[in-house]
Amino acid sequence: MSAPLVLGVSFGYLLLLFAIAALADRRAAEGRSVIDNPLVYALSLGVYCSAWTYFGSVGEAAAEGIWFLPIYLGPMLAMLLAGVVILRMIRIARTYRITSIADFIASRYGKSPLLAALVTLITVVGIVPYIALQLKAVATGYQIMTAAPADSGALVWWRDSTLYVAMALAAFTILFGTRHLDSAERHEGMVAAIAFESVVKLGAFLAVGVFVTWGLFDGPADIWARAAVLPELRALARLGSGTGEGGFGHAQWFALVVLAMLSVLLLPRQFQMMVVECVDERHLKRAAWVFPAYLFLINVFVLPIAIGGRLIFGMETVDPETYVLTLPLADGARALALFVYVGGLSAATGMLIVETIAVSTMVCNDLVMPALFRGRGFGAYSGRDLTGLLLNIRRAAILGILLLGYLYFRMAGDAYALVSIGLISFAAVAQFGPALLIGIYWKGGTRLGALGGLIGGFSLWAYTLMLPSVARSGWISADFVAHGPWGIEMLAPERLFDLAGLDNLTHALFWSLLANVGLYVGLSLWRAPGARETSQALLFVDIMKRGDAGEAPVFWRGRARIADLEALAVRVLGDERGRLLFAGGQAGQSTGHGAGPLADAQLVDRVERQLAGAVGSASARVMVASVVEEEALDLDDVIAILGEASELRAANEKLKSLDQMKDDFISSVTHELRTPLTSIRALSELMLDTPDMDEAQRAEFLRIVVGESERLSRLVNQVLDMAKIESGQAEWHNSDVDLGALIVSATGGMSALFAERGTAIALDLPPAVPPVRADADRLTQVLLNLLSNAAKFVPEGRGRIEVSLKIAGDSLEVRVRDNGPGVPSADRAHVFDRFRQGGDALTRPPGTGLGLPISRRIVNHLGGEMWLESEPGEGACFGFRLPLPPAPEGEKK
Amino acid sequence: MPHTRFSLGLWAAAALLFNFPLILIWDRDVTVAGLPLLPVAMFVIWALLIVLLAFVAEARPARRPPPSG
Repeated sequence: MSAPLVLGVSFGYLLLLFAIAALADRRAAEGRSVIDNPLVYALSLGVYCSAWTYFGSVGEAAAEGIWFLPIYLGPMLAMLLAGVVILRMIRIARTYRITSIADFIASRYGKSPLLAALVTLITVVGIVPYIALQLKAVATGYQIMTAAPADSGALVWWRDSTLYVAMALAAFTILFGTRHLDSAERHEGMVAAIAFESVVKLGAFLAVGVFVTWGLFDGPADIWARAAVLPELRALARLGSGTGEGGFGHAQWFALVVLAMLSVLLLPRQFQMMVVECVDERHLKRAAWVFPAYLFLINVFVLPIAIGGRLIFGMETVDPETYVLTLPLADGARALALFVYVGGLSAATGMLIVETIAVSTMVCNDLVMPALFRGRGFGAYSGRDLTGLLLNIRRAAILGILLLGYLYFRMAGDAYALVSIGLISFAAVAQFGPALLIGIYWKGGTRLGALGGLIGGFSLWAYTLMLPSVARSGWISADFVAHGPWGIEMLAPERLFDLAGLDNLTHALFWSLLANVGLYVGLSLWRAPGARETSQALLFVDIMKRGDAGEAPVFWRGRARIADLEALAVRVLGDERGRLLFAGGQAGQSTGHGAGPLADAQLVDRVERQLAGAVGSASARVMVASVVEEEALDLDDVIAILGEASELRAANEKLKSLDQMKDDFISSVTHELRTPLTSIRALSELMLDTPDMDEAQRAEFLRIVVGESERLSRLVNQVLDMAKIESGQAEWHNSDVDLGALIVSATGGMSALFAERGTAIALDLPPAVPPVRADADRLTQVLLNLLSNAAKFVPEGRGRIEVSLKIAGDSLEVRVRDNGPGVPSADRAHVFDRFRQGGDALTRPPGTGLGLPISRRIVNHLGGEMWLESEPGEGACFGFRLPLPPAPEGEKK
Repeated sequence: MPHTRFSLGLWAAAALLFNFPLILIWDRDVTVAGLPLLPVAMFVIWALLIVLLAFVAEARPARRPPPSG
């Protein structure tokens, strides 16, 4: 195929991506987001399938059979935990405006700039080979399509199309990744383009799969029937094929599954797509199964293509990694081959675009910005708008990463198969696993532990995996790998401490993760964390307990002038968005003392979070600290702030429930007021309309009207009474009161009511009791309340109420016991609350729900207490105790 | 949280099914409908897991809305 055609199609495809991204950006600006959709989200996760999947899987399957599979089973396992682990990551990132994996880890351990820089460095070192892999795939694809000589080394660099692909991609990425500074670091257009790429590569791979299986052969069974005759192909369907030693390397299988499971969470592009670009965390539910289904589909035809390719090409020296292109080409299906080539291009470009955006954000926020602040001091940048600077750093970083990848590809690309390069990168990012995944569940993890774990794990990764691969490329002596440094066999990179019998990847993964987890946990337990680490650990680990950030405690104390904060926000976020933060007017402001209005902790926290979205949390911390005067918090302060926050929460809850009770009360009071009012009005109207009503009837009606009016005034009096007692304005006329006599007169007053309902009343009074100091009228009110309350609940006709009085120590105790149904245990705690009435609204006897609360307040005012003793089914017993006045001095012995 | 517990259970089951020694069960020289047993078994288990996951995810109404901002 002619080079101009292939080149034209390639750039045409990039232009199409460009158009899609531009359209999505425009739609987003109009508020009609195309990516606010669970399917688009799931497809965008398909960026996991890079050129490695597209070309490498078939190569791996052709050589090792079923062993290509663990890399896709791992993500299946990870997505089974989507609702547990990924949801938590998304919520943390959204709440604290975290925009990269470096930022995430650094934030968790007290916004440590050192940790952010370390994670960024590991990512860059680990990811460059992976970038090279994609470029290599694009270059190989191009060579095959144009049938150019396979020896890329002979190409002069300026004639190398790969370089131009890298440049074109850099331009594309810069245009869509760094057009404007978004404090959530979201890229609508880019996500839409990636989702489209996922569709293209799946379609192309399925097309070539169908072509090979049913075009070149007669279905999968036919392929296998022909392959089963050949022993070396027959072995591809067995596990033993992967080890080369006959046995099944189960350690390697397990290592690959674990590695893939970690990678799908920790690769910069996966973190970007899954966590940062997540529009709505509800999308995760569907994506959790659509994404594995996508992986399933793209893998179904891997074995048929691989085995089919080996059957067709047999002894010919065709690289199995190119089967998807060479099989259609060999059969003359040029259009299909071109489509497949575009699919491969989409797999490679998708990975390159997202990975470079993610890594450039990290390089800018966590490596370059802190270095700038440190080098010349933040003051050197005061007064300058930083948005342009930030964007330019990112653009340079994107270009730099792609060029580094290109350099690696030119120097070492040919020495390795795609799969081995990819696995080296996977093992590098797997080092983030302990610090990130344990850190979001375990509050005890510390900055020191994370640093130690990362450094230990990364060093061992470099020594046991990276170094041997470099040696194999011929840059350093291979002796080093075979016999260890200085001939010390025990330190041989691929047999560390003579641990033999594992393949080099499993070996490296074992040692590096062992050192990583060991150092992380060990160092975390060794030294207690500082205040900021503790506060961040609390915010991260408890994220699921809070609805949103508004309820989270703010660990900040100090003095900050709003004007300073606003100037900072405007410089970093730009004029419009910076001012928007303070648009709330007086909100978040506390009283100033001459120096202009001061910001409260919530406002400082809000500004810092917005800045963190743009420059990373570690840099945001430094910036905010540079414009405010803040107190250094120690561990006690953190605990104190946490305590205040939970007190505040408790107070808020109490307030809410009081509010609810007030509403209930108003509706209950209006209901109670309406019933008598309705009957008064109805009867009065009836009498007005019927002038010739007979006298007895009229008298009866008037009696009811009077009774209902009394009920009304009683209700209003009680409400007023309650309000007075509550506000302390009630008048008290205290005198010496004989409680026994009071009880006798109160029960006497009620006797008519008791007799009417057939209720028996029994008094148990001592012959004489000392007087108490009290307001006799109010005490009578208490007794009447208790008695009428009891009378309401006793069974009709056989009710029994016992009133007892006795001297208990230095006080008098009164009990009113009835034989009603008692108080259900659920209501027992609330009987003395205002506006609560026993029983449900339909069956309970009429009342205001104020009798008991008023009684209790009166008793409390007199220095006593009131309580309820009740067992369900045994009736209720309300009691109260009043203190006896201290005996006069003279009578004491 | 029944959803979480189900996810964890499914995860544990998948981790066992996809690993030594359970996958050795399928590692034999047998064909199913003309296809080798091991790949068929792996893909069938995989598909079943996806279906189960889809069933849990789609059966329950969406949980609490995300925090705004």
